[in-house]
Amino acid sequence: MELFQTILDILVSAAFWTAVLRIATPYILGTLGELLCERAGVLNLGIEGIMTMGAMAGWMAVYQGADLWTGVLVAALCGGLMGLLHATLTVPLGLSQHVAGIGVTLLGTSLSYFVYRLVLPQASTPPTIEPFQPLALPGALAQTPMTYMALILVAVVAYVLYRTPVGLAVRMVGENPAAAEAQGLSVTAVRIGAVVAGSALMALAGAFLTLSAFNAFFFNMVNGRGWICIALVVFASWRPGKALLGAVLFAAFDALQLRLQQVAGGVLPYQLFLMMPYLLSILALVLVARRASYPRALMIPYRKGER
Amino acid sequence: MTSPPIVLRLSGITKRFGPLVANDSISLTLHKGEVLALLGENGAGKTTLMNILFGHYVADEGTIEAFGQPLPPGSPRAALAAGIGMVHQHFTLADNLSVLDNIAVGTESLWRPRSDRAAAKAKLLDLARRFGLEVRPDALVGDLSVGERQRAEILKALYRDARVLILDEPTAVLTPQESASLFDTLRLLTADGLAVVFISHKMNEVFAASDTVAVLRGGRLVATRRTAETDREELAELMVGRALKPPTPTPLEPGEPVLTLTGVTVASGHGRPLLDGVDLTVRRRQIVGIAGVSGNGQTALAELVSGLIHPDSGTMALKGEAAGNASPAEMVRRGVARIPEDRHAAGLVGAMAVWENLIAERYHDPAFQRFGLIRRGAARAYAEEVIKAFDVRCPGPDARTQLLSGGNMQKLILGRTLAHGPDLILASQPTRGLDVGAVSYVHGRLLEARAAGAGVLVISEDLDEILALADGIAVAYHGRLTPVLPHGRVSVRQLGLLMAGHWEILPEIVDAA
Repeated sequence: MELFQTILDILVSAAFWTAVLRIATPYILGTLGELLCERAGVLNLGIEGIMTMGAMAGWMAVYQGADLWTGVLVAALCGGLMGLLHATLTVPLGLSQHVAGIGVTLLGTSLSYFVYRLVLPQASTPPTIEPFQPLALPGALAQTPMTYMALILVAVVAYVLYRTPVGLAVRMVGENPAAAEAQGLSVTAVRIGAVVAGSALMALAGAFLTLSAFNAFFFNMVNGRGWICIALVVFASWRPGKALLGAVLFAAFDALQLRLQQVAGGVLPYQLFLMMPYLLSILALVLVARRASYPRALMIPYRKGER
Repeated sequence: MTSPPIVLRLSGITKRFGPLVANDSISLTLHKGEVLALLGENGAGKTTLMNILFGHYVADEGTIEAFGQPLPPGSPRAALAAGIGMVHQHFTLADNLSVLDNIAVGTESLWRPRSDRAAAKAKLLDLARRFGLEVRPDALVGDLSVGERQRAEILKALYRDARVLILDEPTAVLTPQESASLFDTLRLLTADGLAVVFISHKMNEVFAASDTVAVLRGGRLVATRRTAETDREELAELMVGRALKPPTPTPLEPGEPVLTLTGVTVASGHGRPLLDGVDLTVRRRQIVGIAGVSGNGQTALAELVSGLIHPDSGTMALKGEAAGNASPAEMVRRGVARIPEDRHAAGLVGAMAVWENLIAERYHDPAFQRFGLIRRGAARAYAEEVIKAFDVRCPGPDARTQLLSGGNMQKLILGRTLAHGPDLILASQPTRGLDVGAVSYVHGRLLEARAAGAGVLVISEDLDEILALADGIAVAYHGRLTPVLPHGRVSVRQLGLLMAGHWEILPEIVDAA
């Protein structure tokens, strides 16, 4: 009963919801990015490495004297480049999307650490920058500009996918590339474009960590967030609106466990609390994803003129 | 009277796939308002030629002119822009998108900030009205019937202002009535000045719908005729290259039942059951044909008789003994021979050798194994015998199965299933995708097995095949099965109505019989 009261107190506090939106931001951006790739039929397991790359590149640009928004742009460009690598391997070359994606993750992660060490060989305590500050708004609205950007991007991606010719083309190549080809579209071009744009969004998720949530880059800071995004895409049934819902739900579990740790930390080992959001995500996934209708051509390379 | 202008001119088209010459210097012309039938056996190069025309493939030699302009090779986009539309045999529609989305995709500049759906819908409905192609623009393609999908495909081409329409085996998936309505549409289209090429290997369609017929054999154009000036015999001979005598069944007195289904229902887990109260008896020396449009329970029926699925209620008996829960291996042991629907997926393992495939159902037989080790010598010798007996054209028992042609794969399956004198033969789509020569071989073998005392259950979407083989015909619709109607007492028109679900005519047929 007491625990219930505690949870209730947490849920009605503004500080809790401020934290939820902050924690949710990288999940929103990462899930949108993965969703875009998968809607075009390309699984992008490079997400973890691309997020690390975005976190490092954005931070490094700012540390070298660029302003924060330039840092955001640099991160997006680096993500786009990594996306181009993944797209080249998987679309025109038609390699296994699993293998290429894991390769991109390994490359992105190692390359980020390597560049960081190359530029800052001596740093033992990570150097810091001046990050984005929360806007002076009341309650849970006091977020950094990148969080607002993420929320706007949900609407933008949804609009593009469902209301524009290019969005229809993306959905078509993910459902039936042969049909898209027969309608005169270039499957290769549409898929590459979607993967590059999606990867840029993933890099923004990484950049949020170093430019907004924290003020430094350190190893393992992405910490599996990319993999969570992959699960969230399934949870969202490949829909941007539900991706937002999933990201906020996951963040709420995470914020809740942090607070419960503080309240009940003496009673239970803290690892149990750490497990909570993941367990609840798996549960939600099992309930929701059973009737998910995935893009039919997901993970199937398209080769023109094959019989 | 001057002849109408030429809209399409193919000159010297040659296409090779490795050592295979799929098209050998083919030249064709198509006139405004003309329906050209492209007739030929499977593998004659009809589809390849049309895929070159539409830009899916690039020809090795030759040129194409559309409306007097050269057509750039290898670009469906250029073909569409030149007014050429194609309805593929395997529809190119995305199931999860609406009809309107499928039709409109790629027709607007990709960089328009907003799709003009209202205008697209208006244009679509206008076309649908003009050409009598009923369509639901907002329905998901996945929810449409096969006939509706084909109409959506035709509208897709018309939406692009196609002046030349290519139809690849358009009637393969339709009931006779739907085919007739398709031919009506074609007449409206040609009256409007379109030119149509349709690919077919069915003689009666050529006479029903075409003005001109071009016959392809082995990649070459062997003849072009005015349809009105030729006849079936001539075309058949041109197509096959020799006079062909189809095997004819001799009347036989059916024996005791080998397969008996009584009230068999198989649930599907959602919605309508896969099989719904099916009664069926197949006797020795009898061929029972199951007719129906695909997706009406035929696959479930085949899986049931194979032992892959089991009845939820009702009973199945083999030679009078219950077999409702028998495994596939047990069904084989009890005398069921199976020719599966999809020989690539369920019939043969392409990456394995011919001899391995031949003993796949009997590898545990002491003839082929001792102490758990395969007796390769015995298996290979057996394979040699079957290859000879069933005229399988292959380099030998060690050849990779996937290198065989479709007809030879089917002979291999026939050899595996028929070599042991089975009691019941389950033949699902036994001649799908085979050429006329191979079809007549398979039919001949099935008739021989019937004469030897086996009961044969033929499940086929090809009504001509059912009519050529069956002693009795049952029609599948929505998982239900009509009683077995004696061949000769039921007309093609009646079968078509039954296939479309008009079972109210059943009493009159049964009474007449």
